[in-house]
Amino acid sequence: MLEAVIRDAQGVFFPTMDQYVDLMESLWSSDYKFCSDLCGVDYLEMPSRKLPEGVKAERFEIVVNVTSFETRSRLRVRLQVQESNPHLPTLYGLYPGTEAMEREVYDLLGMVFDGHPDLSRILLPEEWEGHPLRKDYSVGRIPVQFKASTAIR
Amino acid sequence: MTARSSSKFIKRFRSSPLDESTATGLVGETSEGTQEMKTRNETNRVELEREEGQLTVLPEGIVLDHGDMDIEISEDETMIINMGPQHPSTHGVLRLMMELKGETVLRTKPVIGYLHTGMEKTAEGLTYVQGSTNVTRMDYLAPLHNELVFSLATEKLLGVEIPPRATWIRMLMVELNRISSHLMWMATNGMDVGSTSMMIYGFRERELVLSFFEKVTGLRMNHNFIRPGGVAADLPDGWYDDVSAIIDTIPGRLDEYGEMLTGQPIFRERTEGVGILTQEQAISLSASGPVLRSTGVAWDLRKDIPYLAYDEVEFDVIIGSIGDTFDRFAVRLSEISESLRIVRQILEKMPSGPYRVQDKKITPPPRKRIDESMEALIHHFKLFTEGIHVPEGEAYVAVESPRGELGCYLVSDGSAKPYRMHIRAPSFVNLQSLPAMLKGGLLADAVATISSVDPIMGEVDR
Repeated sequence: MLEAVIRDAQGVFFPTMDQYVDLMESLWSSDYKFCSDLCGVDYLEMPSRKLPEGVKAERFEIVVNVTSFETRSRLRVRLQVQESNPHLPTLYGLYPGTEAMEREVYDLLGMVFDGHPDLSRILLPEEWEGHPLRKDYSVGRIPVQFKASTAIR
Repeated sequence: MTARSSSKFIKRFRSSPLDESTATGLVGETSEGTQEMKTRNETNRVELEREEGQLTVLPEGIVLDHGDMDIEISEDETMIINMGPQHPSTHGVLRLMMELKGETVLRTKPVIGYLHTGMEKTAEGLTYVQGSTNVTRMDYLAPLHNELVFSLATEKLLGVEIPPRATWIRMLMVELNRISSHLMWMATNGMDVGSTSMMIYGFRERELVLSFFEKVTGLRMNHNFIRPGGVAADLPDGWYDDVSAIIDTIPGRLDEYGEMLTGQPIFRERTEGVGILTQEQAISLSASGPVLRSTGVAWDLRKDIPYLAYDEVEFDVIIGSIGDTFDRFAVRLSEISESLRIVRQILEKMPSGPYRVQDKKITPPPRKRIDESMEALIHHFKLFTEGIHVPEGEAYVAVESPRGELGCYLVSDGSAKPYRMHIRAPSFVNLQSLPAMLKGGLLADAVATISSVDPIMGEVDR
């Protein structure tokens, strides 16, 4: 199993894409049965963030917080996801509670969870274009159109 | 109600034609897929199981094989109906799509997003000083908890320790908020199962708490009272008597309500054994709060991962036994009593001292100092034009809101605005347990069950 990096009294894991599922499985079998949270971050405007040695910073990051009821502790997993290939395996089979959270990340950040039972937009309408929590999604981009009145005065 | 035959009827609920890839569950990057519930032969097996609320994994380490369960029902015998988003008992704009056979619910799919306002995106454009005005609007029945979790996350990144009085004022306010939120829930739940008097009583008692909030914060909801660095103002004169009046009035009335509802055969008939969620289901579906505790899991963040000064007060974690709608009612009813117990201890232990941190970079100077001191004026100006500069880093903080684990994941890039703020909303996650609760029950019971989850749509959609 990977070594956790301790950051403010909490263990943080930085797995690679290949290690991700194995790590989650080993966390799950070592009492971290409760998935508190799964969210995504777009680091487009913050490329130089603090990461431990050997971890290559990518544009996207998936952050999973898991909780153990036995040891009353929380662990965090930060997975780097490439911009060119924003695919990652779903955790639905392990933590069914991540179903809605993964849909939310897909909806707002456009990351694709392979194997997810129902990867559709959850908060935005089906026909929405783009993923608003991405940093390059401009706010207020709906064009305001001013048209000259065609009425005869 | 009779079962409507043929899929002609069902097709009316489908907005867009499905392509091949969606039907088999392979959603491509460009095909969005539909949000609505589909007919059985258009739904893949894993999704069908989820909509039936079946578990794919058990905490003991058993992963169930797909295809263990019998889900073959002829299309002719079932119909898919919409409940909401304008249904009065869905607590806002929750829309449920349910597949019915007669009056029995077979599958459920919550369709949400009708109240989505992009508050996580909005937070990226607001400073930390302004941030609590944004988060307070998420869960509008427990606004102080939202402010608390945001402030705690900010303070964790700032590395400041807030004065004891601020901590205890925060505790007083959030516990009173828990009482008012649970009372409001009792009121609406009472109305959903046909006890209209409970509706009136619940609102009456909540009013007591809200008048106190108005006195302290100036507003009845969306307080913006708990801020990074402490609280907005000290408690007003006479707060001790006001709070004493609240905690003296409510217990007697709670007993009445307990008697009125639990002693009433209709209420028990409608709630007992309805909408059962097992312990395994609750844990694996990440349900938290009263929904989790009603199944018998003694997990309360106030007790297990204490924040504020919850380790210095005595209270019990209330758990249920079988996780039905009645258990969820009983857990919340007893939690009000426990919160009253905490408030009583807070009254005795309230320390004196400053109510916000004495750091000029975080706390604005008192109004009088601005007239006398140039430095104070500059600090005031900088704080309200630029805001607090928070060191680079990331933090996840969770508190126990009336609905469950309310988390805040905050990423800072060193500027005065959060780089990313994510709220882990308990209602949003708890909604996932609805299919498991409703499966096999009657449509009429769905109303009682939805109410017992206590979803706040402002928080679900954010």
